[in-house]
Amino acid sequence: MSLVEPVLQGLVDSLNAAYGLCLDDDRLEEWPEFFVDDCLYQVIARENVDNGLPAAVMYCDSKGMLVDRVVALRRANVFPEHFSRHLISRAVLTGIDGDTVSAEASYALLQTRNDGETRIYNAGKYVDRLLIKDGVAKLVSRMCVYDTHRIATLLATPI
Amino acid sequence: MNAMAPVGAPSLPTAVDYRVYHDTQIFAAEQRNIFKGRTWCYLGLEAEIPNAGDFRATHLGETPVVLVRGQEGKLHAWVNRCAHKGATVCRSLRGNQADGAFVCVYHQWAYDSEGTLVGVPFRRGMKGVGGYEKDFDLASHSLEKLRVESYKGMVFGTFSADIESLDDFLGPVMRKYIDRVFQRPIKVLGYSRQYMAGNWKLYSENSRDSYHGGLLHLFYPTFGIYRQSQDSAGELAEQGFHNVFTVSKPKGDIDYGSFGDEANREMQGSAKLQDERLLQFRPEIEDDVGLHIQSLFPSVVLQQIQNTLATRQIVTHGVDKTELVWTYFGYADDDEETTRHRLRNLNLVGPSGLISMEDGEAVELCQQGTVGAEGKHSFIEMGGDDVRGYYAPMGMDENAVRGFWKGYLSLMGDALAVSAEASA
Repeated sequence: MSLVEPVLQGLVDSLNAAYGLCLDDDRLEEWPEFFVDDCLYQVIARENVDNGLPAAVMYCDSKGMLVDRVVALRRANVFPEHFSRHLISRAVLTGIDGDTVSAEASYALLQTRNDGETRIYNAGKYVDRLLIKDGVAKLVSRMCVYDTHRIATLLATPI
Repeated sequence: MNAMAPVGAPSLPTAVDYRVYHDTQIFAAEQRNIFKGRTWCYLGLEAEIPNAGDFRATHLGETPVVLVRGQEGKLHAWVNRCAHKGATVCRSLRGNQADGAFVCVYHQWAYDSEGTLVGVPFRRGMKGVGGYEKDFDLASHSLEKLRVESYKGMVFGTFSADIESLDDFLGPVMRKYIDRVFQRPIKVLGYSRQYMAGNWKLYSENSRDSYHGGLLHLFYPTFGIYRQSQDSAGELAEQGFHNVFTVSKPKGDIDYGSFGDEANREMQGSAKLQDERLLQFRPEIEDDVGLHIQSLFPSVVLQQIQNTLATRQIVTHGVDKTELVWTYFGYADDDEETTRHRLRNLNLVGPSGLISMEDGEAVELCQQGTVGAEGKHSFIEMGGDDVRGYYAPMGMDENAVRGFWKGYLSLMGDALAVSAEASA
């Protein structure tokens, strides 16, 4: 199902564009602000979703946990230096329930490490529920369902 | 000796020639002597294939293998290579073949769940033309079959006709710890796959290396939750190459906020965790062990960290290509809330694990750093130069890494020397 709602469409697409750039510009501390406080963020292999299995490589069910991820990444975790680049498709609105919108969008996450080569690091789709309040969309839940089930080295920066 | 080994010296458990991470001849010899030799290699969990006809694609070393539950419930494993032209027979990661017929798409040779050839199209040709000779024997053109044995639901396979039983290969110490994790029926929660540009032995050393824990993985100290007073121990199997680490949960109440009091200065973090549910530990096995990392040579790590349970299967795709297949599980009687708790704990482990992601980076750094270093050696003498069956407290030693090399060198025999001479 794809709903034609130009105003909502614009809000969701704007959120996605800003979300991708926020991560790509390494403004990670701002990233939790795309979510409501009582949120759920997951990065999960498509092979798990397709088989009804719940295990995710990132599972944060509060905004605090998103903040913890960022603090850990900045201060504790060791990973290859890299740039991220999100390419995110126009969203498809799949449902509207009061002030909550369901939407999906495809993403390709490119990664460039110190060797200078840009690789397709992770491809998948966002499966989202968003709360629309005062003309702003915030994520209630975002499930990053990735096709690239072979994660190169490790996954540190959120998708 | 506590000095660097001279250039070109043979590898010892305390000093390994960096060549072992790069040499394709050594890699080939490992496939023969270790993975296809006298070892039992982990293939998967019985819980992944509960029903007759269920199968799962897996690997033994670099060799693609399919693990199948036969029609009578028996476990079978065979090399995923058609006996006709060598084509991959089973092309899915998992599924169910209710009729037990695995058909190669190329010429439709059909095999049953045991891997026995049961049908060939146009076997007698057509109208008297073509086909195979009258004495063509289906069974003698079957898939290459492995011996399969299972311990507490962990399934292992071997190409060796004369190796001891799986129980004996694991030995009593390793079995005791496997029993602990598989104390009751499990259910699979999912998978992740991590692909490292490094040699499989670098990961095998890493999983046995207790020294790096608090030094590479800075999550605990950063949040001021490192505690030295936890009881810990390392145990090795007789061969040296299997090992297990355990760390008990802190005594008394688990108050992570108080951990900083005991940390030394470098370990005293200033950051504070916003959501401590991530770390919450609910003891569910009657021994208070909060961390159990068990490396079973040559191809699997079994772990319980807090309430995460997982196997990590090591798949060797090449000298510098290693895939780690994480299979996460819980107990079959977990309720929804317990599963959610495990999912939250899973943030700690796996390719995005807050206390484990660095292992992938460490493996790649060692692979990159040892390029062109043939003849030079690593230095593995933390906590002694011997291999002990028991080491406690663990963490300030490389006992289990030496154990790995002791077992490895014994299986490789002359293969390392032959390779060194060939390239000299």
